[in-house]
Amino acid sequence: MSVSSLSFLIFAACTLLVYWFCPRRWRWVVLLVASLLFYAAGDAWYLPFVALTVLSTWAMSLWIQTRAAKDEAALAELKSHATKDQRKAFKAQRKRKRCRILVAGLVLNFGLLAVLKYTGFAVHTANDVMGWMGLSPLRVPSLILPLGISFYTFRSTAYLIDVYRGQVKAQPNLARYALFITFFPAVVQGPICRYNELAPSLFGEHTLSWSDSAAGLARMLWGFFKKVVVADTAMVAVKAMVAGADHLRGMYTVLLILVYSAVIYGDFTGGMDISLGLSRMMGIRLTENFDHPFASTSCQSYWNRWHITMGAWFTDYVFYPLSVSGPMQKLSRWGRQHMGQAVGMRLPVYLATLLTWFLTGLWHGAAWNFIVWGLLNGVLILISNECKPLYRAFHTRFPGVEGRRWFHDVCAVRTFLLMGLIRSLDCYRNVPVTFSAWGSMLTCWSSWKDLWDGTVWDNLGLPVATWVFLGVAVLLLFMVGRVNIRAQERGGSPLLERLPARPALWAALCAGLILVVLVCGSYGVGFDASDFIYGKV
Amino acid sequence: METILEILSELHPGTDFTGATGLIEDGVLTSLEITTLITEIGARLDVQIPAEEILPENFDSVEAIWAMVERLDDV
Repeated sequence: MSVSSLSFLIFAACTLLVYWFCPRRWRWVVLLVASLLFYAAGDAWYLPFVALTVLSTWAMSLWIQTRAAKDEAALAELKSHATKDQRKAFKAQRKRKRCRILVAGLVLNFGLLAVLKYTGFAVHTANDVMGWMGLSPLRVPSLILPLGISFYTFRSTAYLIDVYRGQVKAQPNLARYALFITFFPAVVQGPICRYNELAPSLFGEHTLSWSDSAAGLARMLWGFFKKVVVADTAMVAVKAMVAGADHLRGMYTVLLILVYSAVIYGDFTGGMDISLGLSRMMGIRLTENFDHPFASTSCQSYWNRWHITMGAWFTDYVFYPLSVSGPMQKLSRWGRQHMGQAVGMRLPVYLATLLTWFLTGLWHGAAWNFIVWGLLNGVLILISNECKPLYRAFHTRFPGVEGRRWFHDVCAVRTFLLMGLIRSLDCYRNVPVTFSAWGSMLTCWSSWKDLWDGTVWDNLGLPVATWVFLGVAVLLLFMVGRVNIRAQERGGSPLLERLPARPALWAALCAGLILVVLVCGSYGVGFDASDFIYGKV
Repeated sequence: METILEILSELHPGTDFTGATGLIEDGVLTSLEITTLITEIGARLDVQIPAEEILPENFDSVEAIWAMVERLDDV
């Protein structure tokens, strides 16, 4: 059930009705039932897989917590008679035992994800190699891929690791824990909420409030606008450019970068608005996943603003553990001894960055284009890091530049184009084709004439009127974004948050959004009622 | 404490970190710099900082970093 479909809207409306009519202390049960129904509506066979993840991580978290309490008590007893070294050794030994439980839980759940999501990719890759060697290909197995498995696996493993680290108190109630993992507005495409952030809101006893309901509904409608009016409209052109990649080159590659940026922004942030808006209507606050990413002035800043919860997950559970691990620190010492201080200092950071981005790419999709996409992001971040002395020298030489608005805008445009360039790997889904398209931007100058003689409109499958409409919609997104950034800088609230205080304006905006979404949805251009891009992760 | 200040100055030449706060909250230290800081603390002070200690409250000021290092050096 796509979250932009009519069936989902009906389902959400029914859930809201039952939720608010139910006694407060049982509302979370309504959400659990709704979440399981939503999940089963995709395919009943998904349920055993999510149940395995829920049960295993719940049980192991309680086991780890129980052991930790016993180990703490034993260590306290030792303090009176053991030496510092003996206490350190005891603590390390007990920690290793708890770590084995953690590792078992991680291996089980990541193993399940790996098998279900990546077996096909592994076999395809092996078949390519075997083809070069003249061997017969292996049969590619057809495996079920449970809805949102990448997201709920990350959510559950983050919980397990946080319990192991002592940062989260394990949830003793299995049903409540199951709701945290399967909460339906967030199961398909995130956000990847941490337990401590979501639990108080998820299990809290909320009162029906005008501000939550109004702000939530406005946000949902804004999400539909972004998805149906912007993303789905522009996707027609993207598909045309990808399908014609062999002859639509040069200027078309530039256009693809720009148009696909609008598609992915509309699709993903629109989906988030729908999820967060619906949750807000229940009084539940999900973690924000975007913070005006196209206003970023560097690649690192971009990844602190785009798919924030995914970035935080990889930073906290992959990058940091990897970079500060014993083997990495040993490698750093080896590097210092044999290759100098500068290399030794950088080795853990560089290797951890590249491996983290390799995994980030792989998480996005089981294909080489995603892996290359991830690695390119990692390389860009490292290059940017190495260029810091250059940037410092520049700003020392030209001290007035850094605080200027025009400089900020230039950096934002540069970052937008760089990220868009790399993101085109997601469109072409083929690494050599993408690189060839990039090259054509520097060689295929004749393609620009299609802009002046109007051929471009025929090639992209959308009439000029639709482009004008799309341009206005994108301009509206840009203007709303600028207003929200200014408000944020002054410590104020986004536009949609302030609307409930002005009911007439709120009603007019909601009515307008409904009208635009309905009209655009029946605009007759033949949009794909495709699922959200990130719903395929 | 002096070693911490020395490492931070190498990461951000020309910045005086004495008494500095908001290193995480204000985005002064990036994740790459935090990792480099941890690697250098391990090399120069022989104190290993595990991943679970990488929390905003432990790295937001020089005093907080030093308090964490002292705590980890003592059981």
